[in-house]
Amino acid sequence: MAKENKKTKNTQYLTIKEEREIAKSNRKIMKQFERAKNRKNVDESEFTTQMHDPRNVIEIDNLHTYFYTDVGTTKAVNGVSFKIPEGKIVGVVGESGCGKSVTSLSVMQLVQGPVGQIVDGSIRYTTSEGKCYDIAKMPRDEMRRIRGKEIAMIFQEPMTSLNPVFKIGDQLDEALAIFEPKMSKNEVKARSIEMLEMVGIADQEKIYHNYPHELSGGMRQRVMIAMALICNPRLIIADEPTTALDVTIQAQILELLLEVKNKINGSIMLITHDLGVIAGMADYVVVMYAGKIVEAGDIHDIFKNPKHPYTVGLMRSLPSLSHVVTGSRLYSIPGQVPSPVNLPDNCYFCNRCEYSFDICMEQYPPDYYFEDNHRAACFLYDEKYKDLDLIKPELPRNLTDDSESIMARKIPQGRVVLESETDGFGG
Amino acid sequence: MVKYILKRLGLAIIILLGVSLLIYMLTMAMPADYIDNRTAAAVQSGQMTPEDVLRLKELYGLADKSLPGILKGYASWFSNALQGDLGFSFLYGRPVTQVIKEYVWISFFISLIAYVIEIIIAIPMGIRAAVNQYSGYDYTVSVFSMMATALPSFFLAALLMNFFSINLGWFPLQGLTTATKIFHPSDKWGIFLDKAWHLVLPIITLTLLSIGGLMRYTRTNMLEVMNSDYIRTARAKGLPEKKVINKHAFRNTFIPLVTTLSGMLPGLFSGAMITETVFSIPGIGSMALRATLQGDIPFVMGYNMFLAILTVIGYLISDLMYAVVDPRVQISK
Repeated sequence: MAKENKKTKNTQYLTIKEEREIAKSNRKIMKQFERAKNRKNVDESEFTTQMHDPRNVIEIDNLHTYFYTDVGTTKAVNGVSFKIPEGKIVGVVGESGCGKSVTSLSVMQLVQGPVGQIVDGSIRYTTSEGKCYDIAKMPRDEMRRIRGKEIAMIFQEPMTSLNPVFKIGDQLDEALAIFEPKMSKNEVKARSIEMLEMVGIADQEKIYHNYPHELSGGMRQRVMIAMALICNPRLIIADEPTTALDVTIQAQILELLLEVKNKINGSIMLITHDLGVIAGMADYVVVMYAGKIVEAGDIHDIFKNPKHPYTVGLMRSLPSLSHVVTGSRLYSIPGQVPSPVNLPDNCYFCNRCEYSFDICMEQYPPDYYFEDNHRAACFLYDEKYKDLDLIKPELPRNLTDDSESIMARKIPQGRVVLESETDGFGG
Repeated sequence: MVKYILKRLGLAIIILLGVSLLIYMLTMAMPADYIDNRTAAAVQSGQMTPEDVLRLKELYGLADKSLPGILKGYASWFSNALQGDLGFSFLYGRPVTQVIKEYVWISFFISLIAYVIEIIIAIPMGIRAAVNQYSGYDYTVSVFSMMATALPSFFLAALLMNFFSINLGWFPLQGLTTATKIFHPSDKWGIFLDKAWHLVLPIITLTLLSIGGLMRYTRTNMLEVMNSDYIRTARAKGLPEKKVINKHAFRNTFIPLVTTLSGMLPGLFSGAMITETVFSIPGIGSMALRATLQGDIPFVMGYNMFLAILTVIGYLISDLMYAVVDPRVQISK
């Protein structure tokens, strides 16, 4: 017991000696990664790979993104694997601090360096020219081939994501001009205005000459979407695109996203903590917790038949009409996401989990597979513990109805249905 | 715009009024005035009686040191100043405006060159230090520029003098012209070169003193901008890193830089009191220091009013520049 006490104390307070050691090793590691990233004229074969399934736009495989901070290594993304099939929307859900945004920034190689580094894993992406690159290994210079043109990103904060000192038109033109150096200025401008029209901005000529501060938040997010789509990217990463907007604008922006996705025939990685948004938009869902995927699967599987206690908890904390009817309190998952520094070697959710049992405290669960590539990392589904008669988490009846009704609200226009709806996904 | 400037100028008049009254009272409150300084030796040796001194003081208007007396003196100074007459300098025996006009240009010349060199060196240095935060370059530049800034000007000047003029003999020690050389008045180029040669060390001193501050200011602002969302957007667009830094980041760092630096412009006329004195350069700064030490009230008043006007103009320029460089700022009233 005394020994254990000492151990927990050490993780909270660092002695000067420990601090110095951390700083020293951090510097060394960061230098090494930065040097690798800053190399020039790297042979292409070094970061060229092969897709495991050509129908996927991107395959994220065992991705680890760490932050080397002064208090220790923060494992923000700790072994994440999922795929985005062509023309599909994959929703990534989780509480704040689960590594959703860091996953998306890793794909763009925009993780704030030198502190943040992609440490391990691969991000396989096929460009429109048919070449397959491993983004995790790409040097910084080469990354420009992918950013903007192949993968575009829409950020959470439209209010601060546009440069305040340049006109909307300049910022749009610039995005296109890098990749289309042959286009004349007028052609570029015509295309920018066309994009503004496409995202539903009336009076494009005027907006083109406006500064960002002259537009509302919703308008700015539309401009951001226009900017992201101007080069016809194959994958759009939308990092909580509606969080900063009010509810009516939210619906409009989501609808717009779906619409333009179909126009350019791209895929979307939609990051959000709003399950309602996911239900209305996504084809597949990835549930993240403390830097790992706890459950992933088809939208119907996740919403009708969630397996992981965390997913169930998230759904139960969705406000619904039944709460109003029965007067019951809205559920919230007790506790907080654990600090991603010095994570223990057990299920990260076990402290907050109503269903946890002995083994949960001892090791991290592997993935257990269900039908249609539906997977969950939870010991409740281990055959070994079948005899224990464990209680499995289940959605309350009223919520299954709710989730169905949410999904029924799906925006109908232009859903692309591929023949192989089921097998494009999974670990 | 015009209305705004007029409003600001109206405010400036009130500020200048307060400043002038304050300076006048403070100079009058100095323990030993001009006459005391001048006659101390004579009184000591018995050549002058205290009555003589008092008579002299009355002549100079320094006799009555009570509050009503000071206010009366101020009122007469003020009414003359309104007519553009800043009075006669006790020390230099000439109209104050004339003295300022004569000596301000050499000070302006030195400050302007130092200012330009400072900008050329400090801003790129600050940007590079910010882009490579915590790198060897960042630490080296920060340490050296802060060392130069932290040194007192007279000490830094003395170091430079010792090294470059006494040990190496590259530059003259003091003054503005070589006393042993006689230039023909038509030899303008020769005179100019001689003066420029004398001004190298003072300009280096002033530049070294100011680089650190501007470099750190640029670095801080640049760092703040580099961490903002729109820089991430610019990168996500696929812009080359050079363009992200030189266009998107610098254009935003430019705003505080331009407003601060343009606000400093009028101050270039104010002279560098200590540096000029150490190098014995007859600029407005060293003239003002001598006048202050001697209690030359008309000159001190005139010079300080000159400084106050420069400061007020500096702030006005700085505020107006905001509207020029930042599209979010508009001057309406």
